[in-house]
Order: sequence, then C-alpha cells, then structure tokens
Amino acid sequence: MQLSHFSAAIIFAFFASIVFGITQRTAPRDMVLYGAKCFAFFAVGTIAASWLMWVVKH
Amino acid sequence: MPQAKSKADAILTEQELNPMAVIAPIAGWLVPGAGHLIQRRWLRGLLLLISVFAMFVLGVLMEGKVYGLNGGDLLDMLGFVGDLGAGSLYFVTRLMDWGKGAIQLASADYGTKFIIVAGLLNVMSAVDAYDIAIGKKE
Repeated sequence: MQLSHFSAAIIFAFFASIVFGITQRTAPRDMVLYGAKCFAFFAVGTIAASWLMWVVKH
Repeated sequence: MPQAKSKADAILTEQELNPMAVIAPIAGWLVPGAGHLIQRRWLRGLLLLISVFAMFVLGVLMEGKVYGLNGGDLLDMLGFVGDLGAGSLYFVTRLMDWGKGAIQLASADYGTKFIIVAGLLNVMSAVDAYDIAIGKKE
C-alpha cells in the first residue's frame, strides 16, 4: 500500500488529533474543539513546512 | 496540618485499593481503548480503538518496520519502546513476522512512523484510562 506524502500526513493528523482531543481535555465539547485545533495545526503546519522547503530549494 | 496529611493519606489509600486503577491502564495498553471501554466510556474507547488500530495497521500495510528488542542501535531501541506501546498489536505483528520494512519505498518510512506513533498514542490513552480510574478525570 502506498500513500502520497499529503494523504499520509492528513491521515496521521486525523487519528493523532482524535487521541489528543480525548486524552488532553476533560469536557466533551473541549475534546472536540481541541481535536479540531490539533488537526488544523497539523495540516496547516505540514503545508507551511512544504512551502518553506520549496522556497529553500528554489 | 496533621489533618491535611491524613486526608491526603486517605485519598492515596483509596486509590491504592481501587483495582480499576491497575486493571484499566493494563487493559488499555494491551487492547487500545479497552481501558476506557471497561469503565463504560463507550464512545471514547471506540474512537481510541479505531484511531490506534487504524494507524498501526496502515503502518504495517505501508510496509513500515516493526522494531525488535535487539536492534543494536539507540534509535532502534527507541523505536522498539514506541512500538511496544501498541500492546497486543505489537505482539501479534511480531508473531506473524510482519513489519519487515521495505527500505526502497518512501512510504514505508511513513509506515514505520505510523507504527511508532500508534504505540505512543496508545500509551497516552492508557494513562488517560488510569486518570479516569483514580477519579482525576471524568
């Protein structure tokens, strides 16, 4: 099975965010919000780091 | 002051006598999410089970490497510790001789990281199950 770099990063972010949300917060609403925030940070961070590497290369 | 100490001692004793404080983290380590499920946190347990299981299985399907005890290298040993966090998933994978690691594939390296992180996330969920068992978290 082969995943692209982006899809692997998004899948990783998705599952890691679920666990972070459940384990790092107490109230259900906070869990969902924290999980969503972690996912956004993972995804945006990946894209930002990718563009940074593109800039460094060029 | 002595009264405060005795209250703290009472809390500690209560925690020590709670068998769930021992069973939940061990069950959660062996089977992802089980620590939550046996404490009737059905949705949380199910989500943890799916998340850790999916990450571990995807890692193996991507032909990631599952580290053994005698890696011979410090990073291999750290990888072993991370992998071991997945509990029964790790033992089954080793028994079936899966997770050899295909170094010629870029995605296999991702797979290796998926497997390690699945183990580490499972340790986090086992600790969370312990926190629920001792009443630190609902």
